[in-house]
Amino acid sequence: MVEADRWILPDGVEDIFPERARSVERMRRRLLDLYECWGYDLVIPPMLEYTESLLTAAGEDLDLMTFRVTDQLSGRMMGIRADITPQTARMDAHSLAVDGPSRLCYAGTVLHTRARDPLSSRTPISIGVELFGERCLQADLEVISLFLESLKVAEVGPVCLDLGHVDICRGLLREAHLDAERERQFYALLQHKGVRDIQQWISTHIKDTRLAQWLMLLPTLTGGTDVLDRAQDQLRGAPCEVLAALKLLREVATAVSQNDVDVYFDLSEMPGYHYHTGLVFGAYARGYGKTLGNGGRYDHIGEAFGRSRPATGFAFDLYALVSQGTIDSGGVKGICFIDSGDREIFTEAERLRAAGERVVQLFAERQVDYYQINCDRKLLRENGRVVIKQLCEI
Amino acid sequence: MTQITVALTKGRILQETLPLLQAAGIAPLEDITRSRKLLFATNQAHIRLLILRGVDVPTYVQFGAADVGVAGKDTLLEHGGDGYYEPLDLGIAACRLMTASVAGAPPVEGRIIVATKYVNVARQFYARLGRQAEFIKLYGAMELAPILNLADEIVDIVDTGKTLAANGLEARDHIADISSRLIVNKIAMKTNYVSIQHILDALRKVVEGKQ
Repeated sequence: MVEADRWILPDGVEDIFPERARSVERMRRRLLDLYECWGYDLVIPPMLEYTESLLTAAGEDLDLMTFRVTDQLSGRMMGIRADITPQTARMDAHSLAVDGPSRLCYAGTVLHTRARDPLSSRTPISIGVELFGERCLQADLEVISLFLESLKVAEVGPVCLDLGHVDICRGLLREAHLDAERERQFYALLQHKGVRDIQQWISTHIKDTRLAQWLMLLPTLTGGTDVLDRAQDQLRGAPCEVLAALKLLREVATAVSQNDVDVYFDLSEMPGYHYHTGLVFGAYARGYGKTLGNGGRYDHIGEAFGRSRPATGFAFDLYALVSQGTIDSGGVKGICFIDSGDREIFTEAERLRAAGERVVQLFAERQVDYYQINCDRKLLRENGRVVIKQLCEI
Repeated sequence: MTQITVALTKGRILQETLPLLQAAGIAPLEDITRSRKLLFATNQAHIRLLILRGVDVPTYVQFGAADVGVAGKDTLLEHGGDGYYEPLDLGIAACRLMTASVAGAPPVEGRIIVATKYVNVARQFYARLGRQAEFIKLYGAMELAPILNLADEIVDIVDTGKTLAANGLEARDHIADISSRLIVNKIAMKTNYVSIQHILDALRKVVEGKQ
């Protein structure tokens, strides 16, 4: 690598510079404060752990997203987390062992071998909550309400809430008794909603005509609330888990309708990772090509750690929220002073810092770019007294 | 209404797409074939058309620079298809993606050398057959490669087969049936559902009417 190339970072890896870093940190604090207010306790899981614990409960897609390193102490394979949810599930199932509901929140960097969305960071900060131990509708509603509240607090403009339920597709496929490979093929086709390709696949692999009709409907069940009516009508006689999923979606849709969001239903997509077992949701901003955040129910991940627990939660990409939100860097300007050996100025600077002001020391004889040091006032001695003056007045 | 940008593939696909759009009530305000412009307003103020090379259409749609696109299935297969839905087969520009080699040439044993512009599709195809293959990426005139001993076989789209025959080649294995597809950016589909579904329904009606 020649000298001129040394500064280049890998694709999808970036530095966050001061102005944006301030916005990111303000957004992180605001969201964590919100989660604290709703009773979610902050946890800090490690950056890496053995792949057995990190990936046992997670789907194949998460496996492919995970960077691996060898532990020089034990020789075992470790993974750098690509998602914090399985870590919190492990903590809840094994270490915390609370009997009733437990509410956890987190914010931390995750690493992705490949970016989740085109041009996204491979080192995003994931911030979210998990609610363990409760299977009832109210738990789903609490989490989805907090999801929407987070978007409000983040001051993201109009958003589209995407709702779905994995049991609709899974319930129908279970009827088909397909092997894992065939199921994978069908899921892959569904992700593109290529009606022609899906038609061909179904005519080759599904003999039961009623089931074939139902499966053929899946890619078309997208849109507003009318989708639920259509599904209810056209999936009559479908397995009970499919109908139960539709009922739950309707209840959630009614509950969220009081919020000022566009609700979009997609009954065939599996957003996020494949560990989900129930309601799934995501948020998108118009004209922004990436997912802001997503979540859903993922019961039973804890089983791999000895305790199967109902679970639901969500995570946001903090950088995506910052880019779409209106939370800025705060615009707080500081006070600068020149170190001229004047004790009184020093004491005053210390007092101001203790009071929460940004106080920047300048070094004598140096040209200063006040914009760069982010100051608009100066601490100085004038007519024998220590005063603060606006820089524009000096 | 929110602006919808539709990316079209220039050339033969464009010639066959414009009448479909016209029948669906979307017509450019000027003659696309006579203009050097790349972006065209239509009779519907919120819809504009973008004229691109086929290989760029999925990229524009994937990144959300265009909301909707029209591209050949061959291009989509090669692109890989992340970030967009493919909800409608327009049934135009139909052809087949096939392998071909010199007419009458005996099958190659062992590693085979394949010239193609569809390297990803070809790699998957030969892997499925269990054949070891090496690929040479070409951008045109694929038929020359086997004649000049650059490759044993080619993978290319075949319409009537006349170009192959004129160059002493013959089609061998069928890889996929090709036609042009309507693609939609995944996030635009969710956030701009009403406008896009409107275009989709109108086009679906036209396509079904033709069948």
